[in-house]
Amino acid sequence: MTPLDTVACPACDLLQRIPSLPPGGKAACPRCRQTLAARPSDPLDRPLALTLAAGVALIVANTAPLMALSAVGRQASTSIIGGALEMWAQGRELTAVIVAFCVVVAPASYILFMLTVLLAARRPPARHWIAELLRWADFMRPWSMIEVMILGILVALIKIAELATVEPGIGMYAVGALVVLLPAIMINFDPGEIWKRVEWADGSFDAEGLR
Amino acid sequence: MLSAAQAGLLGCETCGLLSRPARPAHPGHCARCGALLEWRRPNSIQYSWALLIAAAICYIPANLFPVMRTTTLVGSDADTIMSGVIFLYSSGSWPLALIVLIASVMIPLGKLLALAYLLISVQRGSQKSTRDRTRLYRLVEIIGRWSMLDVFVATFTVALVQLQPLMSVAPGAGVAFFMAVVILTMLAVQSFDPRLIWDAERPWEGRHA
Repeated sequence: MTPLDTVACPACDLLQRIPSLPPGGKAACPRCRQTLAARPSDPLDRPLALTLAAGVALIVANTAPLMALSAVGRQASTSIIGGALEMWAQGRELTAVIVAFCVVVAPASYILFMLTVLLAARRPPARHWIAELLRWADFMRPWSMIEVMILGILVALIKIAELATVEPGIGMYAVGALVVLLPAIMINFDPGEIWKRVEWADGSFDAEGLR
Repeated sequence: MLSAAQAGLLGCETCGLLSRPARPAHPGHCARCGALLEWRRPNSIQYSWALLIAAAICYIPANLFPVMRTTTLVGSDADTIMSGVIFLYSSGSWPLALIVLIASVMIPLGKLLALAYLLISVQRGSQKSTRDRTRLYRLVEIIGRWSMLDVFVATFTVALVQLQPLMSVAPGAGVAFFMAVVILTMLAVQSFDPRLIWDAERPWEGRHA
């Protein structure tokens, strides 16, 4: 068995030892500059608070109207999922499904998985399926495209603004909050802290790592 | 400096735990997180090329077909990605035109070229500018998703502008192809194993197994 602080860089496979980091410290691979470890000052409570806030913002963003448009006495409004539904209605089913995945399913499951992982990790040892959830949260991360979506909405609005009056709804402010909260979760989260608190694949647990 | 593979050690891609597989040909599963252990992502080069070529093929219809079709009382008008950029520029919002130009034209094209360069240099066993190539890989990994911008622009324009019979916008065939380019290149990037860039410098036993 190798000591837990010896790692292989995931980007260049260089074998190295991670020094013990001060709170807020980061370690990068000396060869390829990949960030190898980060130690946020508060790795459990702060990401949990941010995730809870993101969960609330996500619910508001998906239920409240995003924006309303009026032109020559006619009204139209849409929500996040409304965009995907209209694509479906127009016969672009594949586009609709992938858009819905990137702006609703991926961010919602990321927030849900992180919430479960962070809650479970508060009382180590956490059951092994928590490890599975963390892997799924990691998988969802690149596909969660809320921040790309809001830029897309902005461009769409400016194109439409010449023709009609557009008013942002409450949902838009919630999306704005998500754009800040989602990266904040990632910055304040340390997966290593979770791995220390989860049972190993064979159900064993070594409390040594927690010290 | 020693690579983990040279030392017979393997870092888990999921949790980072280092293990020394008893049977190097079949490393099995990570003792901590249970993920499948692999020395390098399997068939990395082949998968990455296949996805990249598919993306390059989709890139052509993505730019030729319209992404949006606007119908008004006086007629109908189709917009491709490029004409959308020109429209934004000529309507006076050049900062937005620049954002869309970068996200929809330069990033997808740059990504196709960058990945092709990474794949060819790894296949030729290049030992030059390893650090810069790793940096290029990370850059492509981070900015790739921003090309979905135009798909979202089309989606929300279509969702909002449904004022029949005065004016309505329908999605064009280009959207699906454009989205395919973004998704396929993202998958190609995920299939590529950046550790291969460094393997030419530090060959290890069983590398071609």
